[in-house]
Amino acid sequence: MNYTGKAIKYGDNVDTDVIIPARYLNTIDKKELASHCMEDIDKDFVHKVEVGDIMVAGYNFGCGSSREHAPIAIKASGVSLVIARSFARIFYRNSINIGLAIVESDEAVDGIADGDKVEADLANGKIYNKTTGKVFTVQPFPAFIQKIIACGGLVEAIKAGELDA
Amino acid sequence: MGMTMTQKILAAKAGLKEVTAGELILVNLDRVLGNDITSPVAIKEFEKIGAQGVYDKDKVTMVMDHFAPNKDIKAATQCKMCRDFCDKQEITHFYDVGNMGIEHALLPEQGLVAPGDVVIGADSHTCTYGALGAFSTGVGSTDMACGMATGKAWFKVPSAVKFVLKGKLNKYVSGKDVILHIIGKIGVDGALYKSMEFVGEGVQALTVFDRLTISNMAIEAGAKNGIFEVDEQTLAYVNERCHRAYTVYKADEDAVYDKTYEIDLSQIQPTVAFPHLPENTKTFDEIGDIAIDQVVIGSCTNGQYKDLAEAAEILKGKKIAKRVRAIVIPATQDIYLKAMEDGLLKIFIQAGCIVSTPTCGPCLGGYMGILAAGERAVATTNRNFVGRMGHVDSEVYLASPAVAAASAVAGKIASPMQVMGE
Repeated sequence: MNYTGKAIKYGDNVDTDVIIPARYLNTIDKKELASHCMEDIDKDFVHKVEVGDIMVAGYNFGCGSSREHAPIAIKASGVSLVIARSFARIFYRNSINIGLAIVESDEAVDGIADGDKVEADLANGKIYNKTTGKVFTVQPFPAFIQKIIACGGLVEAIKAGELDA
Repeated sequence: MGMTMTQKILAAKAGLKEVTAGELILVNLDRVLGNDITSPVAIKEFEKIGAQGVYDKDKVTMVMDHFAPNKDIKAATQCKMCRDFCDKQEITHFYDVGNMGIEHALLPEQGLVAPGDVVIGADSHTCTYGALGAFSTGVGSTDMACGMATGKAWFKVPSAVKFVLKGKLNKYVSGKDVILHIIGKIGVDGALYKSMEFVGEGVQALTVFDRLTISNMAIEAGAKNGIFEVDEQTLAYVNERCHRAYTVYKADEDAVYDKTYEIDLSQIQPTVAFPHLPENTKTFDEIGDIAIDQVVIGSCTNGQYKDLAEAAEILKGKKIAKRVRAIVIPATQDIYLKAMEDGLLKIFIQAGCIVSTPTCGPCLGGYMGILAAGERAVATTNRNFVGRMGHVDSEVYLASPAVAAASAVAGKIASPMQVMGE
């Protein structure tokens, strides 16, 4: 699993209400959700995000509501990976379940600035800042979580028989 | 090694003799819950799985409460999708306009949760039922879909933080002040991935409704669940409503906790969480004159009869301040009816408040009380994030029903003592 893109950086406690405001939860259309992604914290996000981009944030990313619409909106906007110091637990679970790659790393968050070119090889636990040349080591996901993300989510992994013992 | 109360429930429902923090386990579910916002996503995923039907039509539960009564055509379409699914699957506990209430007040009231249960809900405030000694936690829609199909969910066994409660609350102080005080102390990620376990003689001095409010906001400290020791009050509340067998679990004497806090309830003051995080708490010695535009009394956190009664005590015979809109939302039809019979609704209306049918509406900025740019609300709800109740430049101050009612009268953030002249 390799991810390449530019970093889009935010602070601590980015909550699901700013990731996708509740006023847009009257739909489950992924494209429509993506068109409002990060609207209440960064109106420019939808204009600057490109396929593959990597979101970088501080502590407790995705806190608040259990809305799966939040990781869905981020993924549908083109973001390939979220790196944070820590994730709120429901967001963490939801991201894996819908196949959005996420990883916790203080080092990488410290060493990546907004706009830096980043490449991540999560199977081997490496994140490269191509702009500065720094390399960060992260804990690779267990194999079954990697399979879920590679399949595109829990339901797809179950259907593909990837989780059978 | 001893297990916490949460670990004992999880072990039992996983069919294991023992579990330890960090272990991944597959657990049998006593209830799978969803609402009109999260269920449509779950229904689509459920259909993708290709399951024949739900695992148990008495255990899958859906409540139309967030954007219901339907706020617009899209919301109506989502509710219809849930209604059609529940019809087809012959879901026993489908709550629609007419018998619905705010889910986390409704499920305990209807006797759908008992001590020792494992409940997942596609709503973050599902942690509320910890007040009854159940393990309950919020999940996303995919987990709800897999739960509906299989009756199981995987969990990483959490470690726990223990809160030893002692003493008794003072007048005009309630469960809301306790949980805001705790979140102010430990922060919005102070219990991240962990259980919060509430024990000690102070528990008995808290009503079941205070406990429901405290467990409800465990998620606001990042917790997986917030659970109370079961006592006679819990049993009295549950037995009146729930007529099936259940098991009461207690933490082992030698259970290990990451951290232990002692909370003296008698020292807790009316507490307000300032924008834009529930951890930004202040007591009235630190709060100056802050004019407000709106008050909301209700939500899954504070929409119980007790909450309305505490607000009515302040509002009785008074008028709310000019230019303040006060919206009172009883959480369920039963609460609404009792508040009507006991004259509370009359007190609210005569004071200048409006009374709404049960809905989550304003709490999440859905409808029924959206704020304009620059407006401020005191709300008994649970989150004060940027844009939570409307415009990104509006502000939400979280408080108890007594503080919210006092603030409505004063036209600014005010303590019940100030308004009652005590």
